[in-house]
Amino acid sequence: MIRKSFLSVLGLFLAGTASAEWGLNMPKGVTELSAETYGLHMMVFWWCVAIGIVVFGIMIVSLFLHRKSRGVEPAQFSHNTTAEVVWTAVPVVILLVMAVPAAETMIKLEDSRDPDLSIVVTGYQWKWHYRYQDEDIEFFSNLARSSLDARRKGSEVDPFSVENYLLDVDRPVVVPVGAKVRLLLTANDVIHSWWVPDLAIKKDAIPGMINETWFRAEQVGTYRGQCTELCGKDHGYMPVVVEVVEPEAYLAWVDNQRETGERLAANP
Amino acid sequence: MTTAVAGGHEAHDDHGPAKGLKRWLYATNHKDIGTMYLIFSLLMFFVGGAMALVVRSELMQPGLQFVHPEFFNQMTTMHALIMVFGAVMPAFVGLANWMIPMMIGAPDMALPRMNNWSFWILPVAFGLLLSTLFMPGGAPAGGWTMYPPLILQTGDAFPFLIFSVHLMGLSSIMGAINVIVTILNMRAPGMTLLKMPMFVWTWLITAYLLIAVMPVLAGAVTMLLTDQFFGTSFFLAAGGGDPVLFQHIFWFFGHPEVYIMILPAFGVVSEIIPTFSRKPLFGYDSMVYAASSIAFLSFIVWAHHMFTVGMPLSGQLFFMFATMLIAVPTGVKVFNWIATMWRGAMTFETPMLFALAFVFLFTIGGFSGLMLAIAPADVQYHDTYFVVAHFHYVLVPGSIFAIMAAGYYWLPKWTGNMYNETLGKWHFWLSTIFVNLTFFPMHFLGLAGMPRRIPDYGTQFADFNFWASIGAMGFGFSQILFVIVVWQCVRGGEKATDKVWERPIGLEWTLPSPAPYHSFTTPPNLEAKEAKA
Repeated sequence: MIRKSFLSVLGLFLAGTASAEWGLNMPKGVTELSAETYGLHMMVFWWCVAIGIVVFGIMIVSLFLHRKSRGVEPAQFSHNTTAEVVWTAVPVVILLVMAVPAAETMIKLEDSRDPDLSIVVTGYQWKWHYRYQDEDIEFFSNLARSSLDARRKGSEVDPFSVENYLLDVDRPVVVPVGAKVRLLLTANDVIHSWWVPDLAIKKDAIPGMINETWFRAEQVGTYRGQCTELCGKDHGYMPVVVEVVEPEAYLAWVDNQRETGERLAANP
Repeated sequence: MTTAVAGGHEAHDDHGPAKGLKRWLYATNHKDIGTMYLIFSLLMFFVGGAMALVVRSELMQPGLQFVHPEFFNQMTTMHALIMVFGAVMPAFVGLANWMIPMMIGAPDMALPRMNNWSFWILPVAFGLLLSTLFMPGGAPAGGWTMYPPLILQTGDAFPFLIFSVHLMGLSSIMGAINVIVTILNMRAPGMTLLKMPMFVWTWLITAYLLIAVMPVLAGAVTMLLTDQFFGTSFFLAAGGGDPVLFQHIFWFFGHPEVYIMILPAFGVVSEIIPTFSRKPLFGYDSMVYAASSIAFLSFIVWAHHMFTVGMPLSGQLFFMFATMLIAVPTGVKVFNWIATMWRGAMTFETPMLFALAFVFLFTIGGFSGLMLAIAPADVQYHDTYFVVAHFHYVLVPGSIFAIMAAGYYWLPKWTGNMYNETLGKWHFWLSTIFVNLTFFPMHFLGLAGMPRRIPDYGTQFADFNFWASIGAMGFGFSQILFVIVVWQCVRGGEKATDKVWERPIGLEWTLPSPAPYHSFTTPPNLEAKEAKA
């Protein structure tokens, strides 16, 4: 019986590694802070693994050695001051080792001073609105058409045939690589939350409040995320897409957006 | 005249349970009320479980196959409310009702009529809550956390939700008062506080937590009610209110609430492991202090549920450090259980198997809890399946396995019959395998970026969701075995001895099996027993 359950657990792990290519772990991301966050995550994870090996190891040894079927006579001790002091003090030390770097990263995360660029992000049921503070650019960002058609119940469109199913939008946020981007988040109706794992940014967009956060992407690319605060029936259908581009490409995009804006203003 | 009085008195002394429906409707006997609590919670466990299976069926594959997003959200919300308030909490109250008087040598609970009331409120509360499924706009769909402004978009169900939460709170508070009064006033002579069984201790602490936080929840939902219907703006920004205020109040209730659901589980496991290790519980005093510190810390960590709402840095650091501290007393508990097993003479009957799985799997939930305490990492984990994995590990193979363990451990005492050990072991192994298959992949899903509470997901999450759904079906259907085992055990089977197990500790094992309808009408003399031992 025991052997059988071990085999099935083993099978589970094998199944896990087989699908490793599409992500078992937190992404390292493309900002200094996402890498630090990943580092913290892994540090605590390995501490947990180490503690787990010791604690579960002792427990498993006990499960095999100290069983009645081996004819052992049970000991009757119920106290050991030394052991109790050790297993109270050692965890405190380990926690201190974890707490210091975690606090350091936390302090950096909260420092959104001197941004190169500010974007006001407003959550709506169920889409995002972006307004570039200094550029006179604003637009809504909706779930992309392809996903919109496939997501309906009984649509008979295979989600696997849709590229970036549920994680694509009609108009992404575009930011220059290497720039410190400050986000000012609020919401129009209910609470939403703006998350892009690769940027290690998650901040609630709350009606009546303005929250602040920031990122500095160090790699050109397209980064995807989703709303992470339950916001009603289409909570699962308001993705976030951030395109990080070279500064020249960004400037070209800004000009293009302005022209489109003016054209729309002229012929509403 | 004298004879008549004496006769009447005698009849009173001897009376067994009333006949028929009256026995249950007018019940004041702690054993009857305990039984009703346990049956009710088992029923709710299946209702909430069915809802979980709707959720997992929909999530088995990407795309929408079975339900619309509106209904999906109703299912996640109702699943949580029913499991938390309808399954786990009443199960522990049921165990408290049955066991506390028997463990402290009392004839009954201190306040039997209130006991009746606190149980019978529950079916009404859940009747109200479940009736919302058939209302215009459907059941509440804003999550069990009921965050405004979203929860204010609930349809006709809204006031029913609020009133059912009020009723659940009333029931819990009355149950808690009863437990405290019973423990503080009705212990057998010689049973000092520090001689009480660990299950009684953890329930005493839990009861204080309940009294402290259930009124806070009631206040929070009442403010929602007045915001909706009476023109207040506690949580509405447009009227000068603050949506985040609700979250602070809710989690001031919500974090102690998670310890309300786990402390009695600690107590159960602390009863079972010594029995089957044939060795006294290691570090009794430190167990009491650890449980008390956990209870205290639970009041100053609430905002670790809110690291993304935009708190000041100092606040985030405080809540991070305070949360990490909880690992210390929790660690002490786990170490004490393992030290209890060490050099014991263990056997592995079903209650022990569930208790051991509890220690293993609750600890895994503790590890992910420690990871979640690290605020910058929590920003990544928050509201993803990593959190779902974490709290299901502490609640399912945590609290619910402890409840199962308690069921198997005390069933022979309750019914006078041994349960079917083979079926019990099947139930254990199937549950353990499937619970891990369900919840372990969720860690990966969350880390890879899948938010919680979504009815559909990107195709890169498909494999693990498929396995989790298979696991959930397996776990759900395995629980039918538990019903079969309990049913068989109630109907008959091998007669249990008074001690049931080889070397159990505690007053409940000095009573006959099944425990008589009225037990300890005169308190046991502990000093004499100790002298004999």
